[in-house]
Amino acid sequence: MRKMIEGSRAVAEAVGLCRPDVISAYPITPQTHIVEELSQMVADGDVDAEYVRVESEHSAASVCLGAVAAGSRAYSATTSQGLMLMAEVLYNIAGMRLPLVITGVNRALSAPLSIWNDHQDTLALRDTGWLQLYAENSQEVLDMHIQAYKIAEDDRVLLPLMIGMDGYVLTHTYESVDVPTQEEVDAFLPRYDPLYKLDPEDPYTLGAFADPSLYQEMRYEIQRDALRSKEVVKEVARDFQAAFGRWMGDVVEPYMCDDAETIYIGLGTVVGTLKDWVDVRREQGDKVGALKLRCFRPFPNDELREALGNAKQVVVIEKAVSVGGYGIAAAEVRGALYGQPKTPPVVCAMTGLGGRDVTYEVLDEIQKRTEAGETDFFAGLRTELLEAS
Amino acid sequence: MSAPEFSYEISKGLLPGHRACAGCGQAAAVRLIMEIAAPNCVVTNATGCLEVFTTPHPESAWGVPWVHSLFENAASVASGVEAALKKQGRLEEVRVLAFGGDGATLDIGFGPLSGMFERNHDVLYVCMDNEAYMNTGVQRSGSTPFAASTTTSPAGRRSFGEDRPKKDLPAISAAHGIPYVATASMSFFADLRRKTKKALGIRGAKYLQVHVPCPPGWGYDEKLSVDIGKLAVECGMYPLVEWENGEVTRVRKIKKIPVEDYLKAQRRFRHLFRSEEGKAQIANVQELADASIEKYGLVD
Repeated sequence: MRKMIEGSRAVAEAVGLCRPDVISAYPITPQTHIVEELSQMVADGDVDAEYVRVESEHSAASVCLGAVAAGSRAYSATTSQGLMLMAEVLYNIAGMRLPLVITGVNRALSAPLSIWNDHQDTLALRDTGWLQLYAENSQEVLDMHIQAYKIAEDDRVLLPLMIGMDGYVLTHTYESVDVPTQEEVDAFLPRYDPLYKLDPEDPYTLGAFADPSLYQEMRYEIQRDALRSKEVVKEVARDFQAAFGRWMGDVVEPYMCDDAETIYIGLGTVVGTLKDWVDVRREQGDKVGALKLRCFRPFPNDELREALGNAKQVVVIEKAVSVGGYGIAAAEVRGALYGQPKTPPVVCAMTGLGGRDVTYEVLDEIQKRTEAGETDFFAGLRTELLEAS
Repeated sequence: MSAPEFSYEISKGLLPGHRACAGCGQAAAVRLIMEIAAPNCVVTNATGCLEVFTTPHPESAWGVPWVHSLFENAASVASGVEAALKKQGRLEEVRVLAFGGDGATLDIGFGPLSGMFERNHDVLYVCMDNEAYMNTGVQRSGSTPFAASTTTSPAGRRSFGEDRPKKDLPAISAAHGIPYVATASMSFFADLRRKTKKALGIRGAKYLQVHVPCPPGWGYDEKLSVDIGKLAVECGMYPLVEWENGEVTRVRKIKKIPVEDYLKAQRRFRHLFRSEEGKAQIANVQELADASIEKYGLVD
């Protein structure tokens, strides 16, 4: 059914359709609308779940960990500082191979405190063992949640999955979305039936410690299965298309890239702006394209090599900075292209931090500076505010 | 009352062969509790001695489903297990227990524990109180008693050890209004069994704090664990009390021996006996014990 709803509502409806058994969350802006919507759905009996109102994000993740270990499907959502507080548990959930799904609403990290959007929070968690998908618009974020459980719970994967969703830009924006029916989702997503769970009939010990003779092999298996999960992400995207008739890419989504000389890469909502800007630049004769990095973990190395191989230049629109290094996504893109026969230079344009809009003007500036040969720079900077150095 | 003969059937909660130290008070207490709780239960366990000595992968001493996540979240994980079992319609037949040491419970996991109480999850949380961070080498916790020397509150030329009394977590737990709170001691088997049975028969959040002597941490001969635990109770330093819905409902009366009898048996207090100033501190310990005796009416 087509509805004009807020992005957060779209997520809540998608999660509800996935029939979670346990939901646990702690309020933090701008994630709150998602969990408020779900609370109301539970209060009205529209979603049949146990909603556990915890005292911190650390406990929200821990409650979900316990629920999934006990054989139930669980959900949580948080952002920014909440993700940082969860971080310890997130590593643990991945290491225990528990296929939890959470929405990682994207928000800047303090200090200074900022409730506005960038990608610093979820990208800081790229090494946790969680799979990471990033959504461009409301329809994609809705569809992605339904796909997420199917990917994470697949026996070949058994890893948790975090969906990156831009705070405010996506959580608080109304768009027209097609919400599938319960019957359609039930047909696509089977009930969670884990291989191992906490069950007195068949008691397992979960979370035992590993000494140096065992630890490395367990980490190897996580890495192996995370890399293999890329095929499952693709398979589920295809299955989803077959079931629901929608396709927004699997691990990457190229836009006007076939003949592009310069390809601009982004994660999340900025890709929508990039696509429109590419249209404008193309009218001016610029051979530019855009590429959505839909899946950040596992990282789509092969797909990027294929999509970017013929470009003369690649520009990463980077909404996160590894301070003292440079952009987080740019480092990964450079890694993917390193050593290829034709390696285009990769520019890292850091911008859109703490909710600063990435406008056509900013993209024009990036294009100009890239053509002038700059490689790692902040764009859209208010230089008049900077201390003289 | 004599302990029952060992049988695999009765001990299928915590099985023999684990790696606890000789004389470990905690291992004995958990075995007693699990004899009652097994087999229809799920256990969550905080990081600590119990976790480490029972589960070096691929071995496990647990005959019931058991999960360890982190140091501070045993109560939250138990909340999640309980919520899942409730949704699955299995909470009638399956009990949920959480185990944590005093550091995991009084210090780092205090917030999650309070949350679990306030939401009144149907979980029995058992704090194994050996009064310091034993797994990491006897560092001071919020449960370390006044004047005890630990590796981070050591006695020295300017110190008599820990300078604050124990955090009163049982009273704090009772103040949450949860249906059942009790303190117990591994040295009083029948009392511990009774309280475990009682707790497991009550729906909602329960807190059981068990005093578990630790030979290497406290410094005494490992064969004396039961005796040392008894001294702690009989001198009033570890009152055995039950609360129901926030009110004290029962206490175990004591003989009221001098605290000195308990202190002198342990290395962690021996500095108190080596100077006049140290002996003056013993009077302060006695005052704390007397206050507990008075508060709970431990002596008729």
